[in-house]
Amino acid sequence: MTAATLRHAGWILRGNPLTGVAAGGVCLLVLIAIFGPWIVPYDPIVSNVSEALQPPSAAHIAGTDQLGRDVFSRLIVAARLDLAIAVSAVGISFAIGAVIGAICGYTGGRLDRGVGRFVDVVMAFPLFVLAMAMVAALGNRVENIIIATAIINLPFYIRFARAEVNVRRNVGWVEAARACGDSHLSVVLRFLLPNVLPAMAVQISLNLGWAILNAAGLSFIGLGVKPPTPEWGIMVAEGARFISTGKWWLVAFPGLALMLTVLCFNLLGDGVRDILDPRMRT
Amino acid sequence: MTSSLLELNNLHVAFSTRLGLVEAVRGVTLSLAAGEMLGLVGESGSGKSVTGFAVTRLLDAAGRITAGNIRFRGQDITKISGSDFRHLHGAAMAMIFQNPRAALNPIRAVGEQIADAITAHKRMPRDEARAQALGLLRAVQIREPEKRMAAYPHELSGGMCQRVMIAMAISCNPALLIADEPTTGLDVTTQKVVMDLLTGIAAERGMATILITHDLGLAARYCRRVVVMEQGRLVEEAEPLTLFHSPQHPYTKRLVAASPTATSRIADLVPAEERGREVAIQVAPQSPPAPGTPPLLEVQKLVKRFDQGTAAVADFSMMINAGESVGLVGESGSGKSTTSRIICRLLDPSEGEINFEGQSIGHIPARDFHRSPFRKDIQIVFQDPNDSLNPRFTAFDCIAHPLLRLGGMRPGDALRQRVEECAQRVGLGLELLTRFPHQLSGGQKARVGIARAIACRPRLLVLDEPTAALDVSVQAVVLQLLDRLRREDDLAFLFVSHDLNVVRMMCDRTIVLQNGHIVEQGESRAMFDNPQTAYTRELVDAVPHIEPMVAFVS
Repeated sequence: MTAATLRHAGWILRGNPLTGVAAGGVCLLVLIAIFGPWIVPYDPIVSNVSEALQPPSAAHIAGTDQLGRDVFSRLIVAARLDLAIAVSAVGISFAIGAVIGAICGYTGGRLDRGVGRFVDVVMAFPLFVLAMAMVAALGNRVENIIIATAIINLPFYIRFARAEVNVRRNVGWVEAARACGDSHLSVVLRFLLPNVLPAMAVQISLNLGWAILNAAGLSFIGLGVKPPTPEWGIMVAEGARFISTGKWWLVAFPGLALMLTVLCFNLLGDGVRDILDPRMRT
Repeated sequence: MTSSLLELNNLHVAFSTRLGLVEAVRGVTLSLAAGEMLGLVGESGSGKSVTGFAVTRLLDAAGRITAGNIRFRGQDITKISGSDFRHLHGAAMAMIFQNPRAALNPIRAVGEQIADAITAHKRMPRDEARAQALGLLRAVQIREPEKRMAAYPHELSGGMCQRVMIAMAISCNPALLIADEPTTGLDVTTQKVVMDLLTGIAAERGMATILITHDLGLAARYCRRVVVMEQGRLVEEAEPLTLFHSPQHPYTKRLVAASPTATSRIADLVPAEERGREVAIQVAPQSPPAPGTPPLLEVQKLVKRFDQGTAAVADFSMMINAGESVGLVGESGSGKSTTSRIICRLLDPSEGEINFEGQSIGHIPARDFHRSPFRKDIQIVFQDPNDSLNPRFTAFDCIAHPLLRLGGMRPGDALRQRVEECAQRVGLGLELLTRFPHQLSGGQKARVGIARAIACRPRLLVLDEPTAALDVSVQAVVLQLLDRLRREDDLAFLFVSHDLNVVRMMCDRTIVLQNGHIVEQGESRAMFDNPQTAYTRELVDAVPHIEPMVAFVS
């Protein structure tokens, strides 16, 4: 099974090399997030005013900011925080959303309708404004960014899991599991959820990119991580003040980091769908 | 052979797949005269549909004709251009598909769709096309055709949809009609009506027809010449009577033997020379139940209503003794699946009593029945082996699942032994146990489903159309297997099926259901040989038999 899956993954990658590039990019990002603080050339926090606002050079390949900190070092160190926020937020909304959605999709009825309307209400708000309101109300802390991002992602997972489970609830192997002595709950958790996970993996990948943007966006408008912590959103926000005086590198490099990260996750999502979709296995 | 309408000469069709070129049709040569009805019979994967698709050029992008040619009215149609071919489509040849509902556009009224088919080949005012469409609906004997013109496919039954498909196919009076499993998925009575209609129209309008089917009986009943395909080759061609009474090719012999008829017995399903491999089994002498012991299952006045509507099952009473096999037959919508699920306690009855070995189990809600000690005594084998196995479980996991849940076993050597023993009993190779369902064939999946159901040694096995999705030769083996298991374990069967020939073989007694009511019941052979009610007689008459219809031949 695993060997066959790997062979299949190889087949998809050959047809769509971009997926391989995206997977490589995501792996690189994870490595940077783990080892970043040990590989950076400069301290990302300590200011050095004499070196302020230097354009990119051999010593500072991405230049320095208004306090003389090395932009490249700050970019690298920020990867961990941004990734951690995105991964934990998406992880929480996935875990909760998949279970709630699967139960709704399986039982149907009043519970399903109730949850469905709640999801509709949440999705009727501009999600970013909702996240802003939550962070503003709960306080400007990393946990609260994670919670806010998780909550605004929740409806997507609930809907997705509900739809995927709903089409399977009358399938033969669900009845067979009942006849073999499984309770309804056990059917949902041990039979239906594992079967919808592959489809949801795609959603997760696409969502990670979106969650990173969301966290950076919150920091950008001052509702997220506080300076001097290195974070891509803050770096863009701080650099924006200098863009009119031609100090482009303060904004360009963190912006580029964000863009590439989101792009990698999105491309990977498309590839994961192709790899996991059994219909692609002719 | 200038008189023949269609000629295939050494036709080869191959599909390019990841594993390289796969040959689906390997050198088919046949000819069809104008107005002739030819049966093209074979099991899944025999290339019969691909042959039909090649003639109508409906092969999907991966498939192409690699050698040979197809002559239609003397012209090699494998060489002509796409736009020229479009003129042939519909006007000169038309196709009828297996699933009529999927072949019709769901958001367009059927009358309009027929009119579209007419105007695609002939310029005419829309009103005239509609008038012709109405005439066609009359020709296919749709009741109240004026009203049905505006109906959408979902408002019509499967049989009605197939009539609409036939109306579309004959709309331009084609010389050749290719019907690919036109009645698979329809009830026997509907099948008979649709096939009678189709042959009647073809004869009336002088259309040559290729009937592609897996059902030998159907081909025999309606065709004057039958060709049998196996693995992309023609293995035999003959008149139905000759073919069925003295088949020449070993494959045809096997196929003829495996097709259940009104007189066949389970042992006959495999040709004589291939029998004898099965180890003789010791059958425990079946002692009649001591007087006073309650029957294994007793159902009284069962009623099931869905959402306060009309009753899906009404006033259903029956009983099954230990070791007895009872058939439940009826057409779709007769309530036989609902009844079997209620008896399996996967569904709650609205009213009525269900007693198992004298104890009431009807009052236990289906939601909680998985905790009942009787759960392991009542097991079920599902209709479609493809969707009754969890795609993420290996064959081993599937069989082990009830043992872990109901048998109180823990993972370990004892469990492994028990699973292997079950696999052996159903004839499933042990090397297959590590495979996932998508790596198994239909017959192997059916065996896994049966092994799972008998793993906990149930007393009553409910079989919900256990072979409906299988090829006849696989069905033959599975039926023999089930019958052997029943005698070995003194199992009782509730055998739900729409196939009367199968039920007649497998069941001591049979209950006929119509619209949720029992219309007739009794000893299987006696009842089918001499049905007492009009409905049962209609069912029996609709079953296609291998002897061709005398009325049609004359």
